[in-house]
Amino acid sequence: MKPAAFDYYRPRTRREAIEVLIEVGEDARIVAGGQSLMAVLNMRLSQPRALVDIAAIDELRYIERRDGYLAIGAATTQAELLEYDFLADDVPLLAESLPWVGHFQTRNRGTVCGSIAHADPSAELPLCLATLGGEVVLETRRGRTRRIAGGDFFQGILTTERRPDELITEVRFPLKQEHHIYRFQEVAMRHGDFAIVALAADIGEREIQFGVGGVADRPIVRCLSRDDDLAEALNVLAWSLDAQNDAHASAAYRRHLVREMGRRLLAGETTEEEAADVYPSR
Amino acid sequence: MYIRHDDRHQVTLTLNGSERSAHAESRTQLCDFLRHQLGVTGTHVGCEHGVCGACTVIVDGRATRSCLMLAVQAEGRRVETVESLGEMEGLDDLQRAFRDHHALQCGFCTAGILMSCHEFLRRIPDPSEGEVRDMLSGHLCRCTGYTGIVQAVLAVARRRQNHREEEQ
Ligand code: FES
Ligand code: FES
Repeated sequence: MKPAAFDYYRPRTRREAIEVLIEVGEDARIVAGGQSLMAVLNMRLSQPRALVDIAAIDELRYIERRDGYLAIGAATTQAELLEYDFLADDVPLLAESLPWVGHFQTRNRGTVCGSIAHADPSAELPLCLATLGGEVVLETRRGRTRRIAGGDFFQGILTTERRPDELITEVRFPLKQEHHIYRFQEVAMRHGDFAIVALAADIGEREIQFGVGGVADRPIVRCLSRDDDLAEALNVLAWSLDAQNDAHASAAYRRHLVREMGRRLLAGETTEEEAADVYPSR
Repeated sequence: MYIRHDDRHQVTLTLNGSERSAHAESRTQLCDFLRHQLGVTGTHVGCEHGVCGACTVIVDGRATRSCLMLAVQAEGRRVETVESLGEMEGLDDLQRAFRDHHALQCGFCTAGILMSCHEFLRRIPDPSEGEVRDMLSGHLCRCTGYTGIVQAVLAVARRRQNHREEEQ
């Protein structure tokens, strides 16, 4: 279908963008790459009065190491991040998970912050942000900013902490910690589709931050101790997520994936082929 | 820039090397702008929500779904469509390989797939079969089963590689 009519704003600075948000208020939607939002508009699931396009704001297009974080501006695309030379050194979990985000044709326009802002519960980037303990930076009038921890930012399906007069200006992923191992794995119907279950792990010397996407209404992160009985911990986690049956997979299969793919992920056994043979047990 | 919802805005872009210009509403998708305003109908429109890849064109050197982009967002940019491939006299090597390997049947998906392959081979001149399949995961083809497409892309990559080696 075609989108319903909207007023279109293309500001050149973030100050300008925020002024528009303040003026138009709740009836405005922010668009950057549009790889999720344009589909929603085309299907008329949302009919905003105004669209604020931030893709042309050059000051929001950057990838910078700063204060222990990799800071990524709101206009930076997923393809640009994937092409960043130091990604595997700086944030290895992103290097592992980004190829799973959409297809190369959508990563070419889709932004990193846009995926965070959209807050699809099965999307990879929100899962990574929550697992690593990253931050979302929001700005509103008179340069006032808020920083919200990744885990608190997601409030449910397509729902976040952002207020209508705020603009996400950047997200920050913590830089790789020494002696930590980072792993990511997912099962989807087709490579690039949204995950049926996605798992991310930040494995430290004593503790593991273990994140699950695609099951609950937002990414869920649990801290596991390496001394625990991990099989038991994964089983408890799998049952705590309130998995649902839907057109793609049963709740039981989702729990199975959390347990079995989780076990392999933590044991370092999971290659893509091995993930594929978790599949037939559905 | 501000465009009121019922206004028509003059959009100027570079289409396959020449400057073109026409009017568009703020909500006009790039695919419709190309087909209806500029009259280049090689780009097909399938699902209109970013799933099938039929509408793929190249914008500023990157393969893009033109149903997820607004015409006004293409202002001032370089757009390449399937019409840019080949010459008046014939097909280019990629198109020929598609024909030779039965990589198309009805052809609905083909324009988009060709544009993706075009950018993909520019970036990755010697891809593995896995990489080709990964790139194709962004497209749906209901006819071919993809095998012919994979073979066509690999064959072109090999042939171009041989050419480069001969030239050196
Ligand atoms: S028509 Fe654009 S992806 Fe299907
Ligand atoms: S050739 Fe018919 S859909 Fe691909």
